[in-house]
Amino acid sequence: MAREQRLTEVFVELADTLVEGFDVVDFLQVLTERCVELVDTDAAGLMLDDQRGNLRVIAYTDESARLLELFELQRQEGPCLDCFASGAVIANVDLGAAGGRWPVFTEAARGLGFSTSHALPMRLRRKVIGALNLFTVEPTPLSDGQLAVAQGLADIATIGLLHARAHEDQVVLSEQLQTALHSRIVIEQAKGVLSARSGVDVAEAFRLMRTHARRTGEPLTEVANAIIEGSLGAGAMQRVAGSGIG
Amino acid sequence: MTRKRVADILVAVLSRPTDDTAAPDRLVALCAQVLPVSGAGLAFMTDEGHGGTVAVSDAAASGLEELQFTLGEGPCVDASRSGRPVLVPDLAHSGPRWPAFADGAHAAGVRAVFALPLRVGGIRVGVLDLHRDAVGELAPEALTEALAFADAATTLLLHLGTRPGGAGLPLQDVAGLDERAEVHQATGIVSVHAEVSLGQALVMLRARAYAEQRPVGELAQDVLNGKVRFGRDDDGRRDPSA
Repeated sequence: MAREQRLTEVFVELADTLVEGFDVVDFLQVLTERCVELVDTDAAGLMLDDQRGNLRVIAYTDESARLLELFELQRQEGPCLDCFASGAVIANVDLGAAGGRWPVFTEAARGLGFSTSHALPMRLRRKVIGALNLFTVEPTPLSDGQLAVAQGLADIATIGLLHARAHEDQVVLSEQLQTALHSRIVIEQAKGVLSARSGVDVAEAFRLMRTHARRTGEPLTEVANAIIEGSLGAGAMQRVAGSGIG
Repeated sequence: MTRKRVADILVAVLSRPTDDTAAPDRLVALCAQVLPVSGAGLAFMTDEGHGGTVAVSDAAASGLEELQFTLGEGPCVDASRSGRPVLVPDLAHSGPRWPAFADGAHAAGVRAVFALPLRVGGIRVGVLDLHRDAVGELAPEALTEALAFADAATTLLLHLGTRPGGAGLPLQDVAGLDERAEVHQATGIVSVHAEVSLGQALVMLRARAYAEQRPVGELAQDVLNGKVRFGRDDDGRRDPSA
């Protein structure tokens, strides 16, 4: 079946990424995108514990997912935070009926057009390091099989982060996350630079960056760095994006 | 909360908010006092390498900065270049990475070095070097605390480097409060419009938000919407002597 083949391809792709010195943000960005594709959802976002008492949004497929994640963090309310705190899966949340439990979050999510949300823990044994959130527009629940795939992807991310190098977990994790948070900032700065140089909004700038990264096979962080350093111009990116190469 | 801790550190080192010139000295002293290390050093870093020592807590820290400046190699050079912390719990067994530096550091009595890059995404301002006269890793809690010091030092150097004296900017108010994506996006936009570096653009944003008594996130949103546009002649530009 084509779907199973695609699933295998994605797991191989992700496993291939987990080499020494891999780019955490890029890896998690690809993971959220593949998750949306494989699990039939519309948006995904991923939060990580920065090991210093804060959850931080580290990857998301589109603005609406990022806004919702930030919203949860700001209001300290939502299924993702509960999932992170408990380490338990909170799937198939009917946003039309969950207003009693998460009044602010459900209103915001519905306002963005979503009907259902899912939160999966990033957990290894008792250690929870973050959570993966999925959002769907249609009110169709995810099957156990789909949830298993999503959890599998979350597990790959967790293992990738925790076992990137074979010594003390928490030190490596702090170091990884520290680097990942800065990579995330580089991407945001590059969006601004590209947006100002080419006269598009930041969402369009991000789309151009992702398209360019995909077509050239460069990690998103590298693309962002090249934009900031000025070695990758808006013209070159648009030409590549428009030419259909790759 | 990290942000709270970073703000606390800045408040502690900025005893007189209008005179920040001694703040780096106080920061390295506090660092050496609070963390399980022998001493700390703070250095500016440029694309070319070590850009000069800002403050040191002891003679060994001074020696380490001097060595790295002279040799052009060492953990702080690597930390700045890679943007990642370089943790060397046992300098004698650090391999062939920095032969000359390792010898010199050992002769100065240093056994372990922990170099933390000071950066805000693509903005790289310097390195916080911690050293110890005994081998051994930094415990996770100590590393967390060290990272909070690194965040505080980043804010300090960013402002000192672009606005000598840092007069009028209450750093404890701006530190770490602008983690929102909008601020970093707006930084990119301002750097293009005002033709300044990302570091200068971030300082300009913070300075204007402070002058207008509004949250920097709100100002960033206005930059994104096009309601506010920074031009080439806006204030907050670098001092040519910096």
